[in-house]
Amino acid sequence: MSNSATSLSQAHLMMGLNSLQLMFYFAAALAIVASLKVVTGKNTVHSLLYLVVSLLAVAVCFYLMGAPFAAGLEVIVYAGAILVLFVFAIMMFGLGQDETLKAPQAHAFKLSNINIWFGPSLIAALLLAQLIFAIDNSAVQEKLTSNIIEAKQVGILLYGPYLLAVEIASFLLLAGLIAGYHFAKPEGVSLGHNDLDKQKETGGHS
Amino acid sequence: MTNSLPETVLALLPFYPLISFLLLIGFGKRLSWHMAAILSVGSMALSAISSFVVINQLSVQSPILTVHLWNWFELGLEGSLTAKINISFYLDGLSAVMISVVSGIGLLIHIFAAAYMKEDENFTRFMAYMNLFIVAMLILVLADNLVLLYLGWEGVGLCSFLLIGFWYQEKANVLAARKAFIVTRVGDTAMAIGLFMLFKELGQFNINALTENANMLWTVGDDAPYWIALLLLGGAVGKSAQLPLQTWLPDAMAGPTPVSALIHAATMVTAGVYLIARMNGIFLLAPEVMNYVAWLGATTLLLAGIAALAQNDIKRVLAYSTMSQIGYMMLSLGAGAFSAGVFHLMTHAFFKALLFLTAGAIILALHHQQNLFKMGGLLKRLPFETALFAIGLVCLMALPGSSGFFSKEAIIAQLWSSNTAGPMLWYCAIFGALLTSIYSCRLFFLAFMGEKRFDHELQPSSSKLLKLSLIALAVLSLIGGIFANTIELSLSAVFPSIEPLNLDEPHWLHSVAIAAPFVGILFSWFYFSNYRGSNKENYQDNPSALVLFCRLGLGFDRLYDLLLVKPYCYLARLNKNDLFDQLIMLNAWYVGICHDVLKSSQTGKLRWYAAAIGLATLLLLLTLNIESFSLEAS
Amino acid sequence: MSAIPLSHILILASILFSIGFVGVISRKNTLFILMSLEVMLNAVGVAFIGAGSAWHQADGQVMFILILTLAAAEVAVGLALLIQMQRRFKSLDIDLLSKLKG
Repeated sequence: MSNSATSLSQAHLMMGLNSLQLMFYFAAALAIVASLKVVTGKNTVHSLLYLVVSLLAVAVCFYLMGAPFAAGLEVIVYAGAILVLFVFAIMMFGLGQDETLKAPQAHAFKLSNINIWFGPSLIAALLLAQLIFAIDNSAVQEKLTSNIIEAKQVGILLYGPYLLAVEIASFLLLAGLIAGYHFAKPEGVSLGHNDLDKQKETGGHS
Repeated sequence: MTNSLPETVLALLPFYPLISFLLLIGFGKRLSWHMAAILSVGSMALSAISSFVVINQLSVQSPILTVHLWNWFELGLEGSLTAKINISFYLDGLSAVMISVVSGIGLLIHIFAAAYMKEDENFTRFMAYMNLFIVAMLILVLADNLVLLYLGWEGVGLCSFLLIGFWYQEKANVLAARKAFIVTRVGDTAMAIGLFMLFKELGQFNINALTENANMLWTVGDDAPYWIALLLLGGAVGKSAQLPLQTWLPDAMAGPTPVSALIHAATMVTAGVYLIARMNGIFLLAPEVMNYVAWLGATTLLLAGIAALAQNDIKRVLAYSTMSQIGYMMLSLGAGAFSAGVFHLMTHAFFKALLFLTAGAIILALHHQQNLFKMGGLLKRLPFETALFAIGLVCLMALPGSSGFFSKEAIIAQLWSSNTAGPMLWYCAIFGALLTSIYSCRLFFLAFMGEKRFDHELQPSSSKLLKLSLIALAVLSLIGGIFANTIELSLSAVFPSIEPLNLDEPHWLHSVAIAAPFVGILFSWFYFSNYRGSNKENYQDNPSALVLFCRLGLGFDRLYDLLLVKPYCYLARLNKNDLFDQLIMLNAWYVGICHDVLKSSQTGKLRWYAAAIGLATLLLLLTLNIESFSLEAS
Repeated sequence: MSAIPLSHILILASILFSIGFVGVISRKNTLFILMSLEVMLNAVGVAFIGAGSAWHQADGQVMFILILTLAAAEVAVGLALLIQMQRRFKSLDIDLLSKLKG
């Protein structure tokens, strides 16, 4: 009786946890599948959409892990801003078609495809095996509890001990901004380094 | 330390020319001819006067004068013992003779050179080298230890090299200088090894102490003195141009004539004779080596005489004659007649300097024409020079009354019954005297008699300095014989007296020795009669193969070229890409291979790099995992 | 509530990371490489947040935010380079950029 009660309570417990846990595993599986689709996709825009799906799934995971702020950021910044940047670039500069796939070996049948994928997959699989082995063997026995880490805590940390890192990150963004502007500049426009740029052009073509 | 006056004078002896040398080298370009001449000749005059002052201080009661200047360095021996090498001078009868020759004849030759080289644009450099030579030579003969002697020895070698190649714009002169330097270097190496051996055996370098110790440690015929004497003989042979290292001397005539007179006739080439005479203590312990010295001298004397017969260059005749006369000195030393040898050294210095300088004056008058076949008839045109040259030749031939007569007869007289020579060598010496008179006559006939065979007008020098020095030398050559007794006396303290063998000397020995040169003159009077005639066709210089062979120094140059120079050059060419370089290049090659291997990994393909990073991570994780796993297992 | 073991989260991160890695080294199209990189960065973010939650520390999220900034900057520069590349080579094939071959 007591046995069955405990097993029942255990089962109940499991079931009680199950809804959220299941959700987590489901989201994780979704993220994995979506990521696989991203990597193996043929159409750029489709891959991009799968990437959005993957990111959203990961955001769900974040939420379930007790980090709602991170989940929000994931949705807003990653799935929102960065992915939109991708889409803009693809749409506006005609990066849509993956002409590498039009190359002969891409059209050839599966054998060549297997050849392309075989080596990287092997390395990745081995790497994964190592990682899982290491994680399994390590003494990490922690389980995630329902503790939620608030945005406030993050903010205090960010503008306290991590202030320097924030500054550096801001510099990084600035550098990214300038570099992005410089590289993506159309050919005719320049900031007064006309000759230099032209030299670079010819050098690039030759 | 207070020195008495003579010691101070002795100590300062080499420093006058040294100061003059430094001034001339330092400010040479700014000095006028007068200044430079006064400086160099004046310093020589001071040196000469000082030497005569100190020589006069020597007497039977105090035959030795020493002066210690400073301690040069010390050599460690076993234990805490050290051997001090001092800069100190040692004057006895032998070095007195030498410094009188060096500074006296040096002074006269300096005077001559100041006039002779007046027009040369590098006059100051020339006089500076001459002064430096005198410094080195004085150090050589005054040194009280062998290290200081070696310093002077190498110093004179250096000056000889510098002065032979004085007119370095011409390739032949430079080659001659190089040849002289390298050939004498062979002998000097032998000598250096001999010195090392001496130091190893006896532990010091002081000449007197060496001689004493050697006499205590060794008996006659031991191995050590044999080898040491042989090695020292090597040095002497190189410096004095004896067989087999004689080939450099004729070529050395490329230098200016005063150089030939001073260095390659009067002083430097006799350094070998001086060395053997100075080390007589060692040589007397090795009678076999004495015998070698005698035979070496005799052979050189004959071969050089034969070679002199065929020369067509007046200076080369004199050069071979010098070799032959030094052969006499060597023969004399080998026979144990040290003082006779040293006396001949002195008289030879007088008359050979005279001959060279007169030859120089003639060459100058003939616009640098040295070929005997382009001379002739100078008897009437240059009577003064002819007379001086004749005096020199008379001394060279050792006609009775001249200085050469006294010294050469003294040598020949002691040969027959010497321990280490013998009748055979006596015959050689007589034959040598015959040869000497024959080539002297040939030279005289060709140059001074017959018809004139030169095109230019004669330009005899009118310099009084030139004539003064020539006359002084001529007088010395003529009356040099009167020093015989003085020198015999002063040298008797230096050399041990050697008991001659009791052989029955035939009574005709002396008369034959005296008659030999006259026979030579008589022979050449008839044999070379066409050289005296007026028929110009007799003077065509078309030598037969034999004459040419003799003229080229009896093929020694050819032989050495074939045996040594050619193989050496061949080896050098063979090893042009240095074998050891190749070994080191192996390293570079290995690095290059590694570079190529690593380079092939640099594909420029980004994905490969990423894969490489992945693989590396994989390996890293693998090792970490294995480690942690094995830790757990244990 | 939920008691997801940390190891599961780390395994999830590993899987995502490996997938991204496969993408980086097998795709020739530079755009796909960039996207794979995003996947990899995301996987790292998962690991950080998981660890931060497991130990009740906000540092994990701070690191995630820094990674986010990094990703943003990287995408900006990467896309700009891509545009330049499209302009010059009329192609996005990463293997064309192999001038630094040793």
